[in-house]
Amino acid sequence: MEYLNIFVKSIFIDNMVFAYFLGMCSYLAVSKTVKTSVGLGLAVIFVLGITVPVDYLLNNYLLAPGALSWLGAEYADVDLSFLSFIMFIAVIASMVQLVEMIVEKFSPSLYASLGIFLPLIAVNCAILGGSLFMQQREYQNIGEATVFGLGSGVGWFLAIVAIAAIREKITYSNVPAPLRGLGITFIITGLMGIAFMTFMGIKL
Amino acid sequence: MSTVKNEREPLFSAKNIRLMTTPLNKENPITKQVLGICSALAVTVKVEPAIVMAISVMAVMAIGNLVISLLRNSIPNRIRIIVQLVVIAALVILVDQVLKAYSYDVSKQLSVFVGLIITNCIIMGRFEAFAMGNKPWPSFLDGLGNAAGYGWILIAVAVARELFGSGTIMGMTIIPEGFYKFGYVNNGLMILPPMALIVVAVIIWIQRARNKDMVEEN
Amino acid sequence: MNKNSNTYIFIYASLMVVVVAVVLTMANLTLKPLQQKNVKNEKMTEILSSIGIEANAENAQELFDKYITEEIVINSKGDVVGVYKNGQQESGTERAFDINLKVELRKQNKTQDGHFPLFIADNEGMRVYIVPVFGKGLWAPVWGNLAFKEDFNTVFGANFGHESETPGLGAEISEPKKEGKIVFSDQYDGKQIFDADGNFQSIICVKGGVANQSKVAPEHGVDAISGGTLTSNGVTDMINDCLINYVEYIKKNK
Repeated sequence: MEYLNIFVKSIFIDNMVFAYFLGMCSYLAVSKTVKTSVGLGLAVIFVLGITVPVDYLLNNYLLAPGALSWLGAEYADVDLSFLSFIMFIAVIASMVQLVEMIVEKFSPSLYASLGIFLPLIAVNCAILGGSLFMQQREYQNIGEATVFGLGSGVGWFLAIVAIAAIREKITYSNVPAPLRGLGITFIITGLMGIAFMTFMGIKL
Repeated sequence: MSTVKNEREPLFSAKNIRLMTTPLNKENPITKQVLGICSALAVTVKVEPAIVMAISVMAVMAIGNLVISLLRNSIPNRIRIIVQLVVIAALVILVDQVLKAYSYDVSKQLSVFVGLIITNCIIMGRFEAFAMGNKPWPSFLDGLGNAAGYGWILIAVAVARELFGSGTIMGMTIIPEGFYKFGYVNNGLMILPPMALIVVAVIIWIQRARNKDMVEEN
Repeated sequence: MNKNSNTYIFIYASLMVVVVAVVLTMANLTLKPLQQKNVKNEKMTEILSSIGIEANAENAQELFDKYITEEIVINSKGDVVGVYKNGQQESGTERAFDINLKVELRKQNKTQDGHFPLFIADNEGMRVYIVPVFGKGLWAPVWGNLAFKEDFNTVFGANFGHESETPGLGAEISEPKKEGKIVFSDQYDGKQIFDADGNFQSIICVKGGVANQSKVAPEHGVDAISGGTLTSNGVTDMINDCLINYVEYIKKNK
């Protein structure tokens, strides 16, 4: 129940794009066609699903205040949390690299469709954001953290596919010249964000 | 070192000044290059965190550009991205520590968004596009200019949202009491996240209506 | 040396790690005292605000010393394990202010040996008991302080805080007190945690409003936040789970 709750919330209510504007750079740059945005969206789900639990372990057994107590009582007071940004980004960058190599080796067809997006993801704010929110919200166990990671990824996927579909259609509309491209995309995203806010009342 | 050579060119030559001023308008990182929106908009509900965020980004970007530019000839190409990420992350941690020590309230409001400066695409973008191939002083100015271009949009959005959303600026009431008596109400919608996007869109609209050459095809 | 050789890359990376580590650790060590002071000031401000005293970073320490006369540490069996008074440790080794409630609650859950803080304030001659509470809200932690009158039954004041990034969602619980407006925490004033027979009842957030139901007596219930049911449930659980550890102490000292 708790898992479902976290999953639904991270998709709809705390949507990475509409509530926090995370991953906007690639969201705006790669949303011209539905096909590429599906590829990028899947890659984000994939990477978030891996990095959030890994960073969870890192945070709880290495960085948080008292996390080192498994090494012995004298380490119980060590607080390395000031290093968390650099550790998280290192994990993300190396995970992305690792995932890229594994996918390339075992599934060339998947690599052909995802491959070009993977390096982009290392600097996608949604990924680092996922880890930072995980740290701040203090999930109880690794299961919750994983579900949160996957849910946030799915939320981001939904957002980018939806905007790509709208942008494909909007090519046929007569948008005022200064708003073309970036401007209208911002406005549509804003309107979609308002629509997503109706999920806020959801009670589970 | 290259800094010695640099002194032959005046510090604020026309070229260097231009490095700082074009990002403010024509090459604005947010409205033209579409970079760095991620970590930015969520902090624009109030003016104060927006200003702190702008200053933080400026510090990280100018110093980062300088460091990368100084190191540019020694960085092995294969681990270039990692080196850049480490420089940014280290600077962001410093900023975060300083904020926690000297401006605790604001640091709480910014919460995770300070950390997200790391993945702010402008910074990586400028490291790659400029600092890796230019001397330290121009790189420093380029960093300042781009951060300023980013900052003014951030602050403009924050002013609009705080003024119409809460009737205040920097926490001081601006809308006179009398207005409320005649039925004026603060627009609660402005405080909600989606309005930040729409305010940016309006800024883009105004900017592009004045600069016809910035208009996109589609 | 060849810039793309493995040796060069390896040395470069190691050097970078060492330099960065030294710089960051230095910064952390120099700034730590200031940061800890900020956290401490905030905690004091929150405790003081539950008895209606507005403090800020400058005068938190001074006001805290003035109003909080005694800090007691108890266990869930009602024994006093530490007393801190007039700036000195009188008995035991723990000071209530330094207790990490989150850790103690976890300990209590596992092995029943958590230690809990209790602050005693002197508010214009009246003895006020302040109990810090901590729990889980919708997403992130919620916390607060409940102040009780001399009978340790009637609530004198309350304040809550929470950590959440979703604007507007569940944020009402920490809405600051305002003149002429009843905020969530104001509802707690005058509520009671024991019924007439002396049984512990806690204070419950009631969905749909206390006035519209008959299950929870009005003196033990407050109106839940509309649209924030999970946050309200979190607050109910938090108050119950924390206060229950003080019941034995209160009964012993009646």
